[in-house]
Amino acid sequence: MHTSKELIPQEACCTQYNIEVSFIRQLSEYGLIDIVTVEEKSFIHGDQLNELEKFIRLHYDLDINMEGIDAIAHLLTKVRNLQSEVSHLKTRLQIFNADV
Amino acid sequence: MEFIDYYKVLGLDKNASQDDVKKAYRKLARKHHPDLNPNDKEANKKFQQINEANEVLSDPEKRKKYDQYGKDWQHAEEFEKAKQHQQRSGYSSNEGYGGGFGGGNFSSEDFSSGDFSDFFNSMFGSAAGAGGGGGRRQAQFKGQDYNAELTITLKEAFTTHKRTFTIHDKNVRITVPAGIADGQTIKLKGYGAPGLNGGPAGDLYITFHIEEDNTFKRFGNDLYATVELDLYTAVLGGEKTIDTMDGKVKLKVNAETQNGTKTRLKEKGFPIYKEEGKFGDLIITWNIKIPTGLTEKQKELFRALSQS
Repeated sequence: MHTSKELIPQEACCTQYNIEVSFIRQLSEYGLIDIVTVEEKSFIHGDQLNELEKFIRLHYDLDINMEGIDAIAHLLTKVRNLQSEVSHLKTRLQIFNADV
Repeated sequence: MEFIDYYKVLGLDKNASQDDVKKAYRKLARKHHPDLNPNDKEANKKFQQINEANEVLSDPEKRKKYDQYGKDWQHAEEFEKAKQHQQRSGYSSNEGYGGGFGGGNFSSEDFSSGDFSDFFNSMFGSAAGAGGGGGRRQAQFKGQDYNAELTITLKEAFTTHKRTFTIHDKNVRITVPAGIADGQTIKLKGYGAPGLNGGPAGDLYITFHIEEDNTFKRFGNDLYATVELDLYTAVLGGEKTIDTMDGKVKLKVNAETQNGTKTRLKEKGFPIYKEEGKFGDLIITWNIKIPTGLTEKQKELFRALSQS
């Protein structure tokens, strides 16, 4: 998997997405994204931008509060795992059916 | 091209207020938003319809035009021309294309016109969908990620090779690195659905499944195989040529080799993923075969041997 080690200043994210610093801080407090502090400046890992954008959409476009985002993030992880498992089992079943 | 009842899409009647439209949009968007329905094409399609309805009904001008022409949207342009002509001639008519529908309103910040229906583009123009809402921001959507599965043989997984397959009518040619594991997923950045509002394309995740092989069993980077060995070579020692994934190898067999004895062949196993030139080991289990169809003389020799 590709992982970007690039650190993006928190302020740059706020400017780019037109969001408040407190929103990012709250996401961090809920354990939804990680903030890295270097020389008293806050940064976000580049590979977390997709997640951040998703949380922004959930909060600002769909009016979902932080507790809701937290629950959704948890359930989405479960959904993805289950989808992956179903997909894997379907493939296994296909192989089995082909053999019979 | 079919007429789309945007009020019906949002579950509203024609007299719905802007606030009603906003509430209906938010409620439906929460249900069908792609972020909340990963890998669900139906939800994605539904969300686009909701967005389109919102784009029209949340914009007073678009809503007015939609309400005015409704089902007769195809004739809207010619009607407008006729009306202007009549006005210039000092003559007006009230008949013709009256408003058919009520109004809703929504603002789509998430989809470009490219994602709207032909009906929408025909009525409002292909540029109308982009940023019409004037909202807080013009959010860019990363395109949907695609997931695919690929089943390959153990032999295929042994070497780096190219594969071409079609996903969503798009041919994708990939290089499968040697040593890929069963269940391993690789990401192809930008091979998913196109982005929205200039956002980046989604990614393609390919999960590999490796078929069982009749000869070799793989555990991590090591391969296991059971090889038959004749009794005489097992007792007296000698040489045995065996198959590996990489060709044939001649092995020295020690005298008095017991059934089930294992021999490890260093670096004759599976290639280590993305570590060129590095391999696991091949572990051979000797399966000693008792001779059959012995002649009377051979049996006699065995008897003599057993009594010695």
